[in-house]
Amino acid sequence: MGDTVTGMSEDTVSVARLVRPRSYEEAAAAVRDSGARGTLPGGPGRAYGDAARNAGGAVLDLTGLDRVHVVDADEGIVLCDAGVPLHRLAGVLLPLGWLPPVMTGDRGVTVGGAIAADLHGRDHHVSGSFCRQVLSLEMLTADGEVRTVTPDTELFEATAGGMGLTGIVLTATFRLLPVETPYLTVDTERAADLDALLARMAEGDHRHRYAAARIDLTGRGTATGRGVLVRADHTPLDALDGPGGLRDRGTRAWRRLQALRPRPLHQRAAVAGDVWYRAAPRARTGEIRRLSGFFHPLDGTQQWGRQWAQQWSRPYGRGGGLVRYRFALGHGREEALHRVVGRLTALPGPTLPAVLQHLGDAGTGWLSFPLPGWSLTVDLPAALPGLAVLLDELDAEVAASGGRVALAGDGRLRPDLLDTMYPRAAGFRALRARCDPRGVFTSDLARRLGL
Amino acid sequence: MKDAFGLPQSLLVLGGTSEIALATARRLVARRARTVWLAGRPSPALEEAAGSLRALGADVRTVAFDALDPESHETALGKVFAEGDIDLVLLAFGVPGDQAHDERDPVRAVRVAQTNYTGAVSAGLVAARALQAQGHGSLVVLSSVAGERPRRADFIYGSSKAGLDAFAHGLGDALHGTGVHVMVVRPGTVRTARTAGRAAAPLDTTPGAVAAAIELGLRRRSETVWVPGLLRPVMSALRHAPRSLYRRLPL
Repeated sequence: MGDTVTGMSEDTVSVARLVRPRSYEEAAAAVRDSGARGTLPGGPGRAYGDAARNAGGAVLDLTGLDRVHVVDADEGIVLCDAGVPLHRLAGVLLPLGWLPPVMTGDRGVTVGGAIAADLHGRDHHVSGSFCRQVLSLEMLTADGEVRTVTPDTELFEATAGGMGLTGIVLTATFRLLPVETPYLTVDTERAADLDALLARMAEGDHRHRYAAARIDLTGRGTATGRGVLVRADHTPLDALDGPGGLRDRGTRAWRRLQALRPRPLHQRAAVAGDVWYRAAPRARTGEIRRLSGFFHPLDGTQQWGRQWAQQWSRPYGRGGGLVRYRFALGHGREEALHRVVGRLTALPGPTLPAVLQHLGDAGTGWLSFPLPGWSLTVDLPAALPGLAVLLDELDAEVAASGGRVALAGDGRLRPDLLDTMYPRAAGFRALRARCDPRGVFTSDLARRLGL
Repeated sequence: MKDAFGLPQSLLVLGGTSEIALATARRLVARRARTVWLAGRPSPALEEAAGSLRALGADVRTVAFDALDPESHETALGKVFAEGDIDLVLLAFGVPGDQAHDERDPVRAVRVAQTNYTGAVSAGLVAARALQAQGHGSLVVLSSVAGERPRRADFIYGSSKAGLDAFAHGLGDALHGTGVHVMVVRPGTVRTARTAGRAAAPLDTTPGAVAAAIELGLRRRSETVWVPGLLRPVMSALRHAPRSLYRRLPL
């Protein structure tokens, strides 16, 4: 009771009652008993922004409901509780030759969170976001009933990316990704400016499963938008055993010793300035890396979000932590992307690298973020002078170019731009009014944006 | 709901004709604030203030509120909170009094104390409870540097602000961890229309500067804000000055 739920960056603090149901019945009872300030399904609170907060109300922590019910290892389908973290699911599935359909940098993300944010990974251009792989959901709706929801229904489309505002996902059945080994074959290359980077990504991303570039925001002038492009594919089994394969590289003891090497600078998340850029290889192909090291570069740091925030905000004065800014722009809008990167580059001081990636086809979710084109993600210290105004101007630029800002991680979007960025937001509101007239499910994000 | 920069979307101003409060409201309306409630004694000045904020695009409503009538505070403020969440309550009412005159007229001196202190105690507690129920929000209390150490020139006003300052300070501690943030703002002498005739002093400030400091304090979730910031070390020194010396300072 009375536990503070603040999310990843302690920017706007609000307090909710934390309820941790041990069974579906307890969850249903909590929904039926929710007070005037509503209930929000939540997990470990890994979201930036205010999507996982519900001031004065209750947050239902579903991490206690975390059973993997059925794994169909032949077809590659799993049925599990929403509270299962993706990295634990990966641990269960990998020996069977499967992976969750989307893997992301933060290993704490749960299946429920992946549905609520319609999670996309670095393979979005190939296989889309999480909800595309979902076959059915069991949802606890505002009336306290449990329903089975399938992808062709309105409720499913509102729930995919719906930030937990349509109901509580209890279990999900979804398709998995087949893999042969726990390794990835990684190609790394440097691009001297944004044009070169975009050209290479447009030309070659489709040949790889994973592709993302980190942009060095300290590069100015002709170096604006320079970055390191990393693309990877799952390593097939024969590549490990063949000549030159992983098992061919020295004795077993030597390989173990090699694994203890510190991670190279360009693969680390929190290296300041352009050090990581200069440390990256100009062009390297065929490097074999472990899945965990590739997907979770931030491991080994507990509560890294907060530590990062403190570390990076310090030079700019007190308060605020990090603000995440993630937006998508359609194909053909590279001009707008140039302008945004130019303005971010002009920010003072050391900045964390921005992540640029290709997005594939949009999903069916009404509030789902990805649209075919590009997405850029950057974490900025809230204490940067004038940042609030700058981001508002970038919002206007993005909205005018038909793009959108991601709701997962957002803590600052202007409510009047929401309907421009998400044309189906009006339908979302109407569905919520119909299915949840008492307003049982709500969050700080919903209050701020008038969802 | 406040955004990641602590900028509020809805605002309740207690003392809706205060120049500092209106400068703050204008600044916040230019950012995110869409709903503004101006609470004060019904008067043409209050309606004029509402009109000026409406012109900036805000949805402004006025509500009758009298600091000298604590019994009515629960009803008046309850009505506002019943209409929706309030992200920021700005407790800005207060009267400067007239020191020379009030020293000879105890009844008027008591009215200064009742407006600035006891009225604020009642309104502050009512607002704090409502904010606590919604689980978020900021209560910004306009104190004064005059409350830090009493001066011969305005100790009646100063003592009322000292009481208010202590009250807000304690309230902030009481609400710590509830999601509600209490911020005490201690401006120096503020140049307003009322003080236009006087000569400028070195640590004077303006309503606009106080508004800017409030915006910064909201982002940082500061608990005490001095305007200008230099007042903090200056007052720290003055607070420890021996009384015989302090009495002779030209303050």
